[in-house]
Amino acid sequence: MVGLEHYLTVAAALFVIGIFGIFLNRKNIIIILMSIELMLLSVNINLVAFSSFLNDLVGQVFTMFVLTVAAAEAAIGLAILVCFFRNRGTIDVEDVNVMKG
Amino acid sequence: MIGADLFTALPEIVLALFAMAALMVGVYGGKDKLAEPILWATAGIMVLLGLFAGSKGLEAQTAFNGMYIADAFAHFSKMIILFSAAVVLVMGQSYLAARDLLRFEYPILIALSVVGMMLMVSSGDLIALYMGLELQSLALYVVATMNRDSLRSTEAGLKYFILGALASGLLLYGASLTYGYSGTTLFAGIITTISEDGMSVGLLMGLAFMLAGLAFKVSAVPFHMWTPDVYEGAPTPVTAFFATAPKVAAMALIARVVHEAFGVVPGDWTQIIAFLAAASMFVGAIAAIGQRNIKRLMAYSSISHMGFALVGLAAGTAQGVQAMLVYMAIYVTMNIGVFAFILTMSRDGKPVTDIDSLRQYSKAEPLRALALLVLMFSLAGVPPLVGFFGKFYVLWAAVEAGMTWLAVAGVVASVIGAFYYLRIVYYMYFGEEIEPLDTVRAPVQATLLVASAAIMVLGVINLFGIEGAAALAANALVK
Repeated sequence: MVGLEHYLTVAAALFVIGIFGIFLNRKNIIIILMSIELMLLSVNINLVAFSSFLNDLVGQVFTMFVLTVAAAEAAIGLAILVCFFRNRGTIDVEDVNVMKG
Repeated sequence: MIGADLFTALPEIVLALFAMAALMVGVYGGKDKLAEPILWATAGIMVLLGLFAGSKGLEAQTAFNGMYIADAFAHFSKMIILFSAAVVLVMGQSYLAARDLLRFEYPILIALSVVGMMLMVSSGDLIALYMGLELQSLALYVVATMNRDSLRSTEAGLKYFILGALASGLLLYGASLTYGYSGTTLFAGIITTISEDGMSVGLLMGLAFMLAGLAFKVSAVPFHMWTPDVYEGAPTPVTAFFATAPKVAAMALIARVVHEAFGVVPGDWTQIIAFLAAASMFVGAIAAIGQRNIKRLMAYSSISHMGFALVGLAAGTAQGVQAMLVYMAIYVTMNIGVFAFILTMSRDGKPVTDIDSLRQYSKAEPLRALALLVLMFSLAGVPPLVGFFGKFYVLWAAVEAGMTWLAVAGVVASVIGAFYYLRIVYYMYFGEEIEPLDTVRAPVQATLLVASAAIMVLGVINLFGIEGAAALAANALVK
């Protein structure tokens, strides 16, 4: 029997993979965008699992909002990345270093 | 019913409709030729909405089944957000126009981000909170990258986007756990569940993740890494905007979440906020010492100031929320003055941001140098200027709540922080002679600079009555 905890475990694992994808990845900014998407989707798994478990539709409505916002976020992220590529000529993570932070 | 709901949320709806109409006018009208009138119209409508929010009664109204809350706390925060956004728009207009950056999308994006901020401070539900926060953030990612041909601006936008999206992810994960373990997304429902069933581990995790996500938005340590780079890379008027309205909105949102949804278990979140506050105060004060770029310096200064504002929240009392609101109002006023000055810093027509270029500035522009001196003293918290009273209120709230260690840490951090503010004053008055800055005629910026400094001096009489309004706002939030 697959219970709530299984869904939560999968979501937590995906979320952690997403965070590690952002911090450990030294290659390419596209991979960072994919990691962000992974984090948001793991949250959606959480929300849908809770929604089904609680017999409450609000969680699924929330998921719809998250999906929409994630799409808008990806569009803006890619647009910014294109602008950056035009100026820098590369999208390697290690080349995002004009300003030291 | 729906009519009454829409009427309650009228300010947001008006501003959102205005932004959409302005976008249509801009696209089909004259593109960037219309940028200036759209900018003035946006600033005008923001001032009107701010006055409208200020004229609302004290009675709390809710709309859309409690998802939207219009109480004194929301009105007070909205007034600061709307007025500061309008002032920053007007202040940056000439700078952007001179550098061919005044696109018609700029005021529209600012208006949309302000709609998001207004929704944030009025949110009574996790979905409303998330939508408001994202509307604000997505618009801000774009304005940070507004100078498309500049490597610095695009890099700033990229960093801001990645870390901002990470923060949204953390917040959202926390929101999903909170929803799952309380069974509702309404703040009012969450607090009922907690007071009936107690605080479960899942809710605690949810709270911690949400606070981490929100700490990113107010650039509290250890989630502050993006701030200096974004402040440096973004065009200066955009930086001025980042330093004012979004900080107020995010701080008000933290207050709203912890009191409205988790108010019955203050012990669980005051510790987290106290840690964020202490770390921010110290890192902001110490890391700023090595900075030579005034925009980066203001970034660390804002990190430190957010630490002080969080001290007020860490107290977990109505007095603490009142102190936080007063502190944010003062902080925004000081920052507007300082950024009005940074906008006028140029040499041979090019903007400079190096603090060395301020050497002997008092000889060229005695009045502006004096105004900046007052603002720097006020930022450092030197009595008897208004900035001192802001710090005094938050530290006093911490002492009253039994957090004497945090207040002592705040005093030590403010002494360390005074060093870099005073260094700017030192350069202006006693620095060695170098090639001077251009003497630019900038009536708007100079007026704002002097006005902001004058407020810092004259405000010591009664803080313009802001304490009373902040107390009413705090009492509306903390029951």
